Amino acid sequence: MTARPSIEELEEEIVENFSLFDSWDEKYEYIIDLGKKLPALEDEHKKDDNKVRGCQSTVWLVAAYKDGLVEFKADSDAVIVKGLISMLIQVLSGHTPDEIIQAKLGFIDRIGMTTHLAQTRSNGLAAMVKQMKNFALAFKLQNESAKH
Amino acid sequence: METLTRSELLFDVDSIREEFPILKRMVKGKPLVYLDNAATTQKPLAVIDGLTRYYSEYNANIHRGIHSLAEEATAAFEASRDAVKEFIGAAHREEIIFTRGATEAINLVAYTWARKFVGAGDEILVSGMEHHSNIVPWQIIAEEKGAKVIPIPVLEDGTLDMEAFQRLLTEKTKLVAIVHASNSLGTINPVKYIVEQAHVIGAKVLVDGSQSAVHLPIDVQDIDCDFFVFSGHKVYGPTGSGALYGKKALLEAMPVFHGGGEMIKEVSFDRTTYNELPYKYEAGTPNIADTVALKFALDFVNGIGKEKIHQYEQGLLAYATDALEQIKGLRIIGKAPEKTSVISFVVEGVHPQDLGILLDNKGIAVRTGHHCTQPLMDRFGIPGTTRASFALYTTYAEIDALVAGLERSIKTLL
Ligand SMILES: Cc1ncc(COP(=O)(O)O)c(C=O)c1O
Repeated sequence: MTARPSIEELEEEIVENFSLFDSWDEKYEYIIDLGKKLPALEDEHKKDDNKVRGCQSTVWLVAAYKDGLVEFKADSDAVIVKGLISMLIQVLSGHTPDEIIQAKLGFIDRIGMTTHLAQTRSNGLAAMVKQMKNFALAFKLQNESAKH
Repeated sequence: METLTRSELLFDVDSIREEFPILKRMVKGKPLVYLDNAATTQKPLAVIDGLTRYYSEYNANIHRGIHSLAEEATAAFEASRDAVKEFIGAAHREEIIFTRGATEAINLVAYTWARKFVGAGDEILVSGMEHHSNIVPWQIIAEEKGAKVIPIPVLEDGTLDMEAFQRLLTEKTKLVAIVHASNSLGTINPVKYIVEQAHVIGAKVLVDGSQSAVHLPIDVQDIDCDFFVFSGHKVYGPTGSGALYGKKALLEAMPVFHGGGEMIKEVSFDRTTYNELPYKYEAGTPNIADTVALKFALDFVNGIGKEKIHQYEQGLLAYATDALEQIKGLRIIGKAPEKTSVISFVVEGVHPQDLGILLDNKGIAVRTGHHCTQPLMDRFGIPGTTRASFALYTTYAEIDALVAGLERSIKTLL
């Protein structure tokens, strides 16, 4: 448990990676690469219930709760969006519900994603973050009611 | 290449581009390549300056004051009605009702004409390539009335299944609401023939001219449609301007829509009487400035000439179609023999959204998604397309930029 990096530390890593790129072409190549590397979600999870609304592309998101930590898995039919989710998973997966709920996720802004992606698409990003936080909240509530 | 040179010589694109300040813009550090003209066209100086002039020199409420400004504003507003009448070949100026655009015009017909003349068991024929704004208003009224909205199927090449149309057209059909040119596919539908057939059984026809008014010469008397709608912002005019054309007798027989100032003759608590056409349907203070400036857009188009524009754009379409078809894995959706300058396509293994983002990063504006035609996307079994749509200021060099941008983007994505 000792070596578990915080959400902020993980965000910092991404920001540092992005600082190496000179152009948006490179940034997109990197994101696309992340998208390609994110393991595909099993078909059984690709159902309507797991879809995140608010994106031009389809995004499926599932979460599991184990030993007090939330694990996310996701997929998309669009590779740039998949790369963005991959970063969100990298940052948020493996944390407690409280940590996830409180995460500010300033890295999205710091790597220029909010301004670079058109409104409709960053809304998709916002929808993903919201969905991940909702999962965390649900696990937290589940936890609390189990204790009582 | 022969036709290419000839169509390029038709008019001086460079000097036309000078009329559109926005085309000098940089996007993401690159010169803007604007290929989303089916969504909205850019505005020439005549329109931009015209709007400023209206507000600086003769802004007033119309049809009311007797002071000079009111007279000037009214005259300009009514001059715009004459311009629209000429632009679409209507017989009478009072057949032109100003609206916010095509959507409002269709809804006006749905909530007045259809509400009165469509009943339980009746049918409204639309096509499988309609924009949502020519589907949903009919569904709303159909649900209210117990009528049905039935789509005419679309064939693989993006043309209408005309045999199915003949079959679906029955004495139950009260209205055929059909797009003149498809915003997603570019397909130009045989509206004149459709009107002829519909009239045989006594059905009315509404033609959605949102995508045709800008590309094709329009003659509503020749088409003989009962209603025709278009949006000003897709014809180089301001947003919030547009018109409904309706045959006079029909407009007269229809119930009123919005109640308010301007649309009345006399108001009393015993009995209110309504104004005559076209004011009957123009309640309240209309969008005066944008409607006035719509005329400047139409004058601009007329100044170049619809025929010339059409020829030039057809040259662009042929050139782009050829070039895009060379791209491996790219499939054009919609290959009707008669098309406006719109090309929709899918690329194997590539999501349209990814293409849209990468092209935008190169300063190239295209539209990706379902283009407000979800049933049509379902018909082709795709979630959406990438769409490039050209206007009179589009250059061959911009099409080359699109092709190069696509090739590089696809390579990055695959
Ligand atoms: C074919 C077609 N019909 C209707 C519309 C609706 O036009 P507006 O949104 O300007 O009312 C559009 C615009 O996208 C269109 O392309």
